[in-house]
Amino acid sequence: MLKVNNIQKTFNPGTVHQVRALQGFSLTLEQGSFVCVLGSNGSGKSTLLNAIAGTFPVDQGTISLDGTDITGWPEHKRARYMGRVFQNPLSGTAPNMTISENISLALRRGKPRGLGPGISRGKKEEYRQMVRPLNMDLEERLDNPIGKLSGGQRQALTLLMASALQPKLLLLDEHTAALDPRTAARVTEITQMIITRDFLTTLMVTHSMQQAVHMGDRLIMMHQGRVAYDFKGEDKKRLKVNDLLALFDDLRRKDAIDPGVAVYLSNNYV
Amino acid sequence: MSILITSIIFGLILSFLALGVFISFRVFDFPDITVEGSFTTGAALTALLIVRGCDPLLSCLVSFAGGMAAGALTGIIHTRFRINPLLSGILVMTALYSVNLHVMGRSNLPMPGAVTLFSGLEKVSQQLFGQGSKVVLLGWSVDARDLVILAALVVLVLLTGLVLRWFFRTNLGTAMRATGDNDQMIRALGVNTKLMIVFGIAFANGFVALSGSLMAQFQGFADVQMGIGMMVWGLASVIIGQVVVGQTTVGYVIIGAVLGSVLFRLLVAIALRLGMNPNDLKIITAAFVFIALILPGLLKRRKSFWRSKKYA
Repeated sequence: MLKVNNIQKTFNPGTVHQVRALQGFSLTLEQGSFVCVLGSNGSGKSTLLNAIAGTFPVDQGTISLDGTDITGWPEHKRARYMGRVFQNPLSGTAPNMTISENISLALRRGKPRGLGPGISRGKKEEYRQMVRPLNMDLEERLDNPIGKLSGGQRQALTLLMASALQPKLLLLDEHTAALDPRTAARVTEITQMIITRDFLTTLMVTHSMQQAVHMGDRLIMMHQGRVAYDFKGEDKKRLKVNDLLALFDDLRRKDAIDPGVAVYLSNNYV
Repeated sequence: MSILITSIIFGLILSFLALGVFISFRVFDFPDITVEGSFTTGAALTALLIVRGCDPLLSCLVSFAGGMAAGALTGIIHTRFRINPLLSGILVMTALYSVNLHVMGRSNLPMPGAVTLFSGLEKVSQQLFGQGSKVVLLGWSVDARDLVILAALVVLVLLTGLVLRWFFRTNLGTAMRATGDNDQMIRALGVNTKLMIVFGIAFANGFVALSGSLMAQFQGFADVQMGIGMMVWGLASVIIGQVVVGQTTVGYVIIGAVLGSVLFRLLVAIALRLGMNPNDLKIITAAFVFIALILPGLLKRRKSFWRSKKYA
């Protein structure tokens, strides 16, 4: 399905602000898998998602989807195959346009946009059916501007819009991080519901260990722009929050050792 | 009375400018100062063609295309080379000054006795009402010629408004509005926002140039200075319209832009009649737009201030 091969990305190269966000990251996703990406701040998890979505070109490496090399594709072209939900609940919807208009935009993701009417009466009924499972009483507010909704409602709608046309890949970038705990739980529930219902191949970045343990069938822990740990199948099911905490501690301890010394120690004692 | 009608005619001619500014400023959130050059470009192209005996309707179309080219250039400079919108507009506006001079061959190009859209309408009025006749409208005696021109412009503006309303509700038009509202979101939904901006700013300037073309035909000349202050003029129209109409759906905002343009022209005519120095026109327009821009924020702050007092 998705094949990320040895990608590298350095921001502000050659300056004091140089950040090596991705340092040879590789990952292969199977069809229908749901992968949680965990990592400390600055481990490159959001950068990874943006690299796959095409927000910026990568410095090195290739990304391919279903055998097609999409490394050189611009963001809007990749969107044909990907649905995205951002960390900021305000990012995924157009605030001054109505719920209907936003959904109509999403229902043409990756399709040509011509001079057909954006919304019509018949389509409204379809939209109503779409928002009903959210249980947020949005059915009667289809003509309200989205900017009037709460962050949680907007994030739920973004999720609905991103998954609407059954994308080959669903990218979730800490999409519950900016919500209050209750709303976050509700959006998490909706996420699980949509992904199971539509068998979507999903890559979800999160910093919530609870979420990472309870959701998905694979867990990747990132560190310094690379995969540090990768748990699949039964290993993933057995993982507990405490195990993850221990792994984080390990990584932190490794960081404390000078890289040269680390090589020496591991060559001699490991 | 004839002053009133003439003001409304000017207002309707400039409503195409207001519609252009509505597209760039409201739809795309792009403060496009190219307007000041493309308005003159529209006038200059029309004056040149009409003096050479070209059909006035065709001249309008050529002017529209000329404006579109200017707008597209601004859009490309902005999207392709990542130059800030205002600066892109300033570059094209400055360059257009020379282009306009070249088009006209001098700084002022009169079209005495030429066949324009308005001379055509004058003929229509002569056939309908006879030469130089007056028509009684609401108790006032009005020039029949002015009335025919007014009616024709109303129809033209109405048609343009309807087409724009239709367009901005199509899939393509909705995507354009989303580009101005949240470009990150619409890119994630597969829209090439750069292309949208280039097309949108091109169309906006097409309408502005059409406005310039009509203005030149109505006044009977084109002048290289006639675009100065047009950006703020268009903004004032759009803002007044928004206040008057008070709705944010596409159709209403378009109606607002047209109404705003006519109302603003009337306000100016009244102020001039009351003895305002014409030299002060631009400073008053600028002050007016400034106040209109900060007023909603001030009102909101005041409201929340009173509310906080109430519940304190």
